[in-house]
Amino acid sequence: MASLKELSQREILFTGGHRLCAGCPAPIVVKQVLLAAPHAPIVVNPTCCLEISSAVFPYTAWKVPYYHNAFENAAAVASGIDAAITALRRRGKLDENKKFSVIAIGGDGGTYDIGFQALSGMLERGHRVLYVCYDNGAYMNTGIQRSGATPYGAWTTTSHVGDAQKGKQQHRKDLAWIAAAHGAYVANASLHNWRDLMRKVEKALNYDGPSFINVQAPCPRGWRFPEDKTVEIARLGTECCFYPLYEVEDRGRKWVINYVPRNKIPVTEYLKPQGRFAHFFQKGNEYLIEEFQAEVDRRWEHLQRLAKMSEDL
Amino acid sequence: MTVQINDAIRKLDKKSFPAWYEIPLGGTLVAEGSTDYHTGSWRTKRPIWNAEECSHCMICWMYCPETAIKVENGKVVGIDTNLCKGCGICANECPREKAMTMAPGGEY
Repeated sequence: MASLKELSQREILFTGGHRLCAGCPAPIVVKQVLLAAPHAPIVVNPTCCLEISSAVFPYTAWKVPYYHNAFENAAAVASGIDAAITALRRRGKLDENKKFSVIAIGGDGGTYDIGFQALSGMLERGHRVLYVCYDNGAYMNTGIQRSGATPYGAWTTTSHVGDAQKGKQQHRKDLAWIAAAHGAYVANASLHNWRDLMRKVEKALNYDGPSFINVQAPCPRGWRFPEDKTVEIARLGTECCFYPLYEVEDRGRKWVINYVPRNKIPVTEYLKPQGRFAHFFQKGNEYLIEEFQAEVDRRWEHLQRLAKMSEDL
Repeated sequence: MTVQINDAIRKLDKKSFPAWYEIPLGGTLVAEGSTDYHTGSWRTKRPIWNAEECSHCMICWMYCPETAIKVENGKVVGIDTNLCKGCGICANECPREKAMTMAPGGEY
């Protein structure tokens, strides 16, 4: 992996001047993904914050071939592009040696919920596509509605905090595990650890098959924290094991944890700076913190078990 | 076709609406790039870069969402004030306290 100094000499293929909020994590994720792409990238983008802000007519922030499609079919369109490359090669219309990195980049709403069946199909058919989900844990584009990725107890505009309920009632869906069951190369990454994320992107795009990378992307507007803390909150999310960094290789059998925190911090340190969890710290709501901590521990222990089991592989 | 598209953009900039046949097919984006659109006017606070304190570690460059950190030959040379939205991630992540600081007010 190249050092930051070497990377900074490369051209960034996603320019500024886009209309994403100040402190938005999406451009940081896109920058790291495009810097790591080993071949000529082709980007597919479902409807999400990133799309509405980076491709406002007539301007575009993308310096790569870029395709915007509907909310639910980013993975299907990316599959089509992969199939077209294969077909054009077969007909001799495309140079055999020219390689492409087909990348679909979507938010968690378009990946966890709306685009899920297209993603499942893409992974099952085995296209050489990397699907990157920048996971900001709600439909931020349309005004912070709950999604399958919203954590337990979080306030959103469709999971209010009041007498009847305290934020979202369910635990978040673990999409990386579902993707791993398809036999794809799957990884969980976070934008604060650029080295780990870029290594995973490079590995995924060199992998002969489908791949899925879930990237933690703290949203200042939706998570209710100051916009300069984006990277810091991501770091806390990994340090408390709410968002562990791991990868699944060997068709879903080999689980490797890439980062084990030296001191696992309690989830309260991660929850405290975020306004969407403000009710966790009100009197009488201590059970929310306990429940949140128990679920994080349960998933982290399960992950450690899986990693231990695959040590011999 | 190119002339038509350019005319369409020119008309958009003047806030007058082009005719349907003047709009590019399929909503194709035809302008040069979004760096022409200056998001720097959004700033309510501004980063101050101190060249003497900077160790050129490039952490701010990696985490800047706006690609507003100007880099030449592996060295930070300044901040693109046309693009910087003043989020302050650079100052927050900077390992040296005095190299990148935030000041109130968007104007330089």
